[in-house]
Amino acid sequence: MFRSHVLICAGTGCTSSGCVAVTKALNAELLKVGLDKEVKVVETGCFGLCALGPIMIVYPEGSFYSMVQPSDVAEIVNEHLLKGRVVERLLYQETVTNDGVKSLNDTGFYRKQLRVALRNCGVINPEEIDEYIGADGYEALGKVLTEMSPEDVIKVVLDSGLRGRGGGGFPTGRKWDLARRLVPNADQKYVCCNADEGDPGAFMDRSVLEGDPHVLIEAMAIAGYAIGANEGYVYIRAEYPIAVNRLEIAIEQARNYGLLGNNIFGTDFCFDMHIRLGAGAFVCGEETALMTSIEGSRGEPNPRPPFPAEKGLWGKPTVLNNVETYANIPRIILKGAEWFASMGTEKSKGTKVFALGGKINNTGLVEIPMGTTLRDIIYEIGGGIPNGKKFKAAQTGGPSGGCIPMEHIDIPIDYDNLIAIGSMMGSGGLIVMDEDNCMVDIAKFFLEFTVDESCGKCTPCRVGTKRLYEILERITSGKGEMADLDRLEELSNYICNNSLCGLGQTAPNPVKSTLRFFKDEYISHVINKKCPAGVCEDLVSYVIVDEKCKRCTACIRVCPVDAITGAVKQPHSIDRAKCIKCGVCAEKCKFNAIVKE
Amino acid sequence: MKSLADLKAIKEKMQGQVGIRNHDETETRVVVGMATCGIAAGARPILQTMSALVQEKNIQGVNVTQTGCIGLCQYEPIVEVYRPGEEKVTYINMTEQKAREVVEKHLVRGTPVAEYTVGGSEL
Repeated sequence: MFRSHVLICAGTGCTSSGCVAVTKALNAELLKVGLDKEVKVVETGCFGLCALGPIMIVYPEGSFYSMVQPSDVAEIVNEHLLKGRVVERLLYQETVTNDGVKSLNDTGFYRKQLRVALRNCGVINPEEIDEYIGADGYEALGKVLTEMSPEDVIKVVLDSGLRGRGGGGFPTGRKWDLARRLVPNADQKYVCCNADEGDPGAFMDRSVLEGDPHVLIEAMAIAGYAIGANEGYVYIRAEYPIAVNRLEIAIEQARNYGLLGNNIFGTDFCFDMHIRLGAGAFVCGEETALMTSIEGSRGEPNPRPPFPAEKGLWGKPTVLNNVETYANIPRIILKGAEWFASMGTEKSKGTKVFALGGKINNTGLVEIPMGTTLRDIIYEIGGGIPNGKKFKAAQTGGPSGGCIPMEHIDIPIDYDNLIAIGSMMGSGGLIVMDEDNCMVDIAKFFLEFTVDESCGKCTPCRVGTKRLYEILERITSGKGEMADLDRLEELSNYICNNSLCGLGQTAPNPVKSTLRFFKDEYISHVINKKCPAGVCEDLVSYVIVDEKCKRCTACIRVCPVDAITGAVKQPHSIDRAKCIKCGVCAEKCKFNAIVKE
Repeated sequence: MKSLADLKAIKEKMQGQVGIRNHDETETRVVVGMATCGIAAGARPILQTMSALVQEKNIQGVNVTQTGCIGLCQYEPIVEVYRPGEEKVTYINMTEQKAREVVEKHLVRGTPVAEYTVGGSEL
C-alpha cells in the first residue's frame, strides 16, 4: 500500500517538455531516501494544461506542481514527500491564494469545465487495466451484455442525444440503428474508430488514447454488441506513437482478462479488435477514404451513398465513430440517457473537448458543456490573450471551419449555432487570433494546407483549391484587384457544391468566413495595398519615427543588408529598396522608434 | 475473467487505492506530523500504517496526509483527526498499535479514543 501517489502527466505535451527526465529523477530520488515503498509514481494521460508542463500532482494533498524540472525533484521529495511541506514556489500559481492553497477545481481553468470524455485522463495510469476497472471500467460492457438487448443499447444512445464528435454531428444512435437494421442477415459487420486526427491544432483524440485507452476498447465492444459485429478496427495516425503504444498495451491487457475475445463475461458475445496505422494523409479522416485505407488501398474517398452502414469496410455494414464519441458511451450506459441529455443545449447534448491554441494564455485541452460561450472559453478557462492584446477572431473546425469574430463571442457554442455563423464544430480545434493576425493570411494558411492534402481524385478540389490559393497569394502580395474578391466567392461556392468528399466541400470555408466577417481587411489589401495587421510581408514597410529616434545607430549596426543609413547624432532612415523586412531593427530599437506601416 | 463478480472484485480492490486521488473538502482529514521531530520519534511507520489501513478497508471519505511540526515536539508522533463539523482530535505519543486502534474506533466507528488524546493522556 502506498500512502501517497505522485501523478505525472506522460501525454505528448508533457513528454515534449521533458516529463520523462522528471519521472526518472523522481524514481531515483525516492529510492535514495527510501520512500519507494511508500510513494507510488503514476504516469497518466493529459491534465489539459499543456502550456505548463511537465505537470505533477501529489496526492493525498492534491498539490498541483507545474513546469517541474529534474532539478526540482529533490526538493519535492525531501520537503513534500518526506516532511509534508508543500513546495509553494512550484505550485500552479492560480491555486495559490493569500489564505493558502485552493483546490484545482476552483481555478479559472478548471472551474467551468466538465470532464466526461476526459474524466480518466490525468487520473489513472493508462497502462494499468486495474486502474481503469477501479474507475468503473468495463462495468458498462458487463451491464450491456448481461442486462440489455442490442435494441436497448441503441435506444439509450439515441435518447442521450449524443452526436458525432468528429465534426459532422450525425446522431450516433441513428448511425448504430442503421448499421443494425439496414442489411438484414449480413454475414459480417465491422465497428471502426476514426483516430486519424488531422486538423492542425486538434489533439483531443490523441489525449483520450494516451490517457484512457481502455474506454475506447470498452465502447467499441458495446457498439459491436449493439450492431451485431464481432470485429473492430482502430485507424490511428502513425504520428501518434505514444497513443499507439498505449492502445496496443490496453488491447493486450483486455485480451488477457477475457474482455476481448470469445464469450465475454461468459455470454455468447465475441469481439476482438485491431489497429491500423495511417500514414498521415488528411483525407483519410474522411470515412470512405479511411475504410479504403484500412483495406490496404490508396486512401481516396468514394461517393456516398452507399453509406458505411450499408456497405462499408470490405463491403460489409460498418459503424464508424470518432474517438471522443466513443469515450462518452460507457458513461452514458452507466448513468443513463437522461443524465447525458441534461447537459448541453436543446440539439447538442453533453460536453465537447476543445484544443485551445494560438494567442491564448492557457494553451491546452478543455472539456466544457455544450452551450458555453466563446467568451467563457477564452477569457475564463483560457485565461485571456497574452500581452493584453485585443481579441480578433477564433477559428474552429480547422481547415474545414471558419472564424468567429468579436461580434459573435457571446454565442453559445453548439453544432447548429456554429454552422449558422459559417463555421463548424469540427473535431474541436480552437485557434485564437489577436489584432496581430491578418485574416487574409489565415485563410491563405488553411488553403495551403488543403491544397497540399487534396487527394486529387476530383477536379473541383484538386484544381479549385489551387486556384483559390493563387488568388489569395495575389491579394497578399499586393497584386489583387476588386474582381478577385468576387472570384473568390464564386469559386468557393463552386468547390463546395461539386467536390466529392467532405475535404473539398469544406475546404473553402476559411475563405468564405473571413470574406464574410473581415471583408474590410481584404479590401485594404487590394485597394490600399496595406496589410492592417502588418503580417503580409510584401505590403509592409519599416520606417523610423524621427521624433522617437535617439540616433544611437543600434539599428544600423544590426541590419543584415545595410539598408539603414545615418550616424551618431544624425537622422537615421531606411532604404525601402534594400530592406528585406526581417524586422531585426524594430526588435533591436529600445525606443520603439521603428514601426511597421 | 469469466464473470461480472470477477470484475467487481478487481474494482473494489482498486477503489481503495485510487481513492487517495480524490480531493474533497468535505472529507475527514487525518494529519500525521512529519517534521524532523515527528520523523525522529517514528511518525513514518504510523503514517504508512494508517494510510494502508484506510485503503485496505476502503474507508470512504478519509484522507490520510502529513504536515510539518505541530509544536508539541516532545509528544511526537502526533496524529490529528479533523472530521467535518467536529472539533479537532489530537493524538499524542502514537505507536503503530495505537494507530490501528484509532483507525478502527475513530475513523470507522466514529468514537475518538480518549485515552490517547492530548487531553486524555497523562502529560
